[in-house]
Amino acid sequence: MIVLICGFFIGAAVSLQVGTIFVIFGAEGMLGAANGKALSRELSPLITGFLLAGRAGAAITAEIASMKVNEQIDAMEAMAVDPIDYLVVPRLIAGVVMLPMLVGIFNLVGQIASVIVGVMIFDIDQGAFFQKMTTIVTPEDIWSGLQKAVIFGGIISLFSCKFGLEASGGAKGVGVATTTSVVTILLILLFVDFGITYIQIAL
Amino acid sequence: MIRFENVVKQFGTNRVLDGLDLEIPEGKITVIIGKSGEGKSVTIKHIMGLLTPTSGRVFVDDRDLSTFSFEQLMDLRRSIGMLFQHAALFDSLSVFENVAFPLKERRSMKESDIKKRVFEVLDQIGLPDIADKFPGELSTGEKKRVGLARALSPNPRIIMYDEPTTGMDPLVSEMIDNLIVDVGRWNPELTSIVISHDLKAALETAENVVMLYKGKVQLAGAPDKFRKVDDPIIRQFFAGKVEGPMEFM
Repeated sequence: MIVLICGFFIGAAVSLQVGTIFVIFGAEGMLGAANGKALSRELSPLITGFLLAGRAGAAITAEIASMKVNEQIDAMEAMAVDPIDYLVVPRLIAGVVMLPMLVGIFNLVGQIASVIVGVMIFDIDQGAFFQKMTTIVTPEDIWSGLQKAVIFGGIISLFSCKFGLEASGGAKGVGVATTTSVVTILLILLFVDFGITYIQIAL
Repeated sequence: MIRFENVVKQFGTNRVLDGLDLEIPEGKITVIIGKSGEGKSVTIKHIMGLLTPTSGRVFVDDRDLSTFSFEQLMDLRRSIGMLFQHAALFDSLSVFENVAFPLKERRSMKESDIKKRVFEVLDQIGLPDIADKFPGELSTGEKKRVGLARALSPNPRIIMYDEPTTGMDPLVSEMIDNLIVDVGRWNPELTSIVISHDLKAALETAENVVMLYKGKVQLAGAPDKFRKVDDPIIRQFFAGKVEGPMEFM
């Protein structure tokens, strides 16, 4: 739900900003294409990654940290169950699979918002809007965003689990682990996003 | 038989075990006592291979744990049950799922056999009707008993209790102590190791008592030996007095 709401309003806001500038140059027909490029390549994976880190990532860290400080991880090891296999691997797979799907939803809803803004506020012809958008936004744009999503999903899951497993010191330790995890993951996502974008452009 | 040979365990500059020599007999209830920070929990974690000695050796059934492969260590852990200080039940699982957890993870039992075994141990610990509850809905005493059921469900040959009665009211404490004795009676081959501060209970439940002090064994033997001994450190610990030769850090 949060991805739907964010996707819609970010798509709408970006379209408003871009549309206002494009009107000056008489290029408002390019609105859908510009919004599509921005969303699929950059905004969707990054913002959905932030949302996942803030919601699921924080929950993962808090849950595992709580298990750690309450000796549940020790109990698992004592029962010859590897906490990495039991707790980390399923979450890693979920992160890598789910984030690209969420990014796809974000893209779709963001573009719907762009159509609404373009047609209703800037009075762009629907045909021209879709024609420009489908010509300029290529499958490669979508694919490049999905590549980022796969990597971001892995980073969010792994680091959320890592900070949870390293927690210590009771309830305070759970809070510290959760905050540190979210902040660190957000910074890593920004850094990795720039790195991937640089590589994608260079290639 | 579990044996510690000159085991040293150091965390940074803190030497918790300092040349520990210890023998834990098979099929008996051994209670390890000592004040906080004397390495009681560290000692039992060595038996499971959750910690490794800085130097020295730990033997289980005359086999040196340091020579164990990962699989052998996992097999050893599967043969040990452990009741943690705060039960360490998995919050997101029901009582049934908690007790079934070690059985399901072994993947060697049929679902119907797991179900039968879970209800059997819940019945043994006197809580046959709480299988559908979650740990958050249980009292502290019930949590401990479910933790014990989980430890017992795979039929371990060694069971370890980490401070099983700490923070409990006297009635629940006695109930847990009775359960420890009963568990030993149900399976005479079971080796039980209890970590405790509760001297009275230790002397009532134990067949063998070990007192740790400064990372070594201060005294080990039958409870009667402790009642008669003249060692001022043991007398001070029994009396529960701050004044005396025992050092506090």
